[in-house]
Amino acid sequence: MRALWIGAALATAFAIAALVSFFWTPYDVASLDIASRLQPPSAAHWFGTDHFGRDVLSMIMGGARVSLAVALVAVGIGMGLGVPLGLVAAATRGSLLDETIMRGNDLVFGFPALLIAILITAVFGPSAVNAIIAIGVFNVPVFARVTRGAALSLWRRDFVLAARTAGKARARISVEHVLPNLANLLIVQGTIQFSLGILAEAGLSYVGLGAQPPTPSWGRMLAESQTMIAFAPWLALAPGLAIVLSVLGLNLMGDGLRDLMDPRIRRVRA
Amino acid sequence: MIRFAFMRIASLAVSLVAASLVVFAVIEVVPGDPAAYMLGMNASPEAVAALRAELGLDMGPVARYVAWTTGMLRGDFGVSYTYRTPVAGMIADRLWISLPLAIYALALSTLIAFPVGVWAAARRGAAVDAGVMGATQLGVAVPNFWFAMLLVLVFAVNLRWFSAGGFPGWEAGPLAAIKALTLPAIALALPQASILARVMRSALLDTLDEDFIRTARAKGLSRGQALRRHALRNALIPVLTIIGLQFSFLLAGAIIIENVFFLPGLGRLVFQAISQRDLIVVESVVMLLVFAVILVTFVVDLAYAAVDPRLRRPV
Repeated sequence: MRALWIGAALATAFAIAALVSFFWTPYDVASLDIASRLQPPSAAHWFGTDHFGRDVLSMIMGGARVSLAVALVAVGIGMGLGVPLGLVAAATRGSLLDETIMRGNDLVFGFPALLIAILITAVFGPSAVNAIIAIGVFNVPVFARVTRGAALSLWRRDFVLAARTAGKARARISVEHVLPNLANLLIVQGTIQFSLGILAEAGLSYVGLGAQPPTPSWGRMLAESQTMIAFAPWLALAPGLAIVLSVLGLNLMGDGLRDLMDPRIRRVRA
Repeated sequence: MIRFAFMRIASLAVSLVAASLVVFAVIEVVPGDPAAYMLGMNASPEAVAALRAELGLDMGPVARYVAWTTGMLRGDFGVSYTYRTPVAGMIADRLWISLPLAIYALALSTLIAFPVGVWAAARRGAAVDAGVMGATQLGVAVPNFWFAMLLVLVFAVNLRWFSAGGFPGWEAGPLAAIKALTLPAIALALPQASILARVMRSALLDTLDEDFIRTARAKGLSRGQALRRHALRNALIPVLTIIGLQFSFLLAGAIIIENVFFLPGLGRLVFQAISQRDLIVVESVVMLLVFAVILVTFVVDLAYAAVDPRLRRPV
């Protein structure tokens, strides 16, 4: 339970930082102030300034917005496509359709998000949208697989059998009886994919395949800090810690939620 | 087993063809003419026409796909537009860095994760277990390229035990080369070791609850003996799956880590190719990595069936 609260607190803190950055940051992230460049953390600049004199705290807040937005939309794409596919596959278990969906899943699974991003970027150039698509596409088979697996066991339950004898169509049973029972599982998986999405976004923007300047992003801040790490280590520490804490928060939250929703696990752990 | 292997090989072939179609299709949708795209805005029409002929763009897409795939089967990946050298040779040179790096990282992650996972499971609920779970939770959250930067700061900049980057080449002797790959491999291995240790622990805990362990204890084996003789082998299946999956993530992760350490591997090749719009190189590297991922999944499937005969029946 404690893990859930720590995780929720961390995740909420980053969500608030991201939301606040829409209308207020301590300094303007786009304005350069060469006179006060490369300042270590101080009262005026809590996390110091970078080589252009930009305030690192303000950039972290702006970066939170990009990170959370990319990860959130990517989870949305994964759920929006993956869950229906998984439901259809489970409802038509063993059919050609089920087989096709699952083999298609295996195929997409063979393309790690980084490779999808490389392919898309090579063709359309780098952008945050490409990062979203790459991470989102990779999320689809994850959600499809989780949904199908859990839905299959629900299809064998008595209440689904009752609905079938009552003459309900498979599609209606999937939506009215199977899906609501998957909600807990999908929330937990969504939290995990959300944190993986933040890591993936950071990795992609680190190698230049994500959000482009002047949009602040944690991954690119790290890439820029790399040559200055010996004399301005705060430039590398702040974005790195932001990534670690937000991912850690979401993971703890996911684990906590799973334990909370699955009494079987709660018993085993106790 | 033979029937099973045959079915798996058939599905492997189908996956590879499907994957090659996807890669080919993505490169095909380049807005406008790929030759004009690769040459940039200031290209003369003659240069574009010459490149079109060289790329075989005057052929139809089906003929081009067939030429591309049959070429790859012969080891001919085409000629890099930027460097004017065969792509196959360029990839082979870079693979000599990326592949050993991924294998080194996989070995490190397995060597760390196995004992740690077993230790935590054997001391379930104790302080050791809680410590391992906390440390691995943190390890999963740390981006490997950031960890790599911290390693450079501590071990290269401050302690000066390692160089901050670069690769002397295998000609400089295996020791020098392995030394240059050590920090990158540690950076790659840490998050993977965290995941693997958690999987190892939970798989062991699951098998320790099984009846056959109780039987083993009842006939007089100590907890440690039961764990070593009966639980470990049965816990290996989920662990094998993750190791298989990790290898593909390590290959992809190596691409990013190479950037931190300025290693001239596949990653550097592909990012340079992207900025130079050298689509032939991008296409080949991506196809090669996808091929590796699919092949590893195939080998893991076969390994399962060898370990557990129950998995050989058709699914």
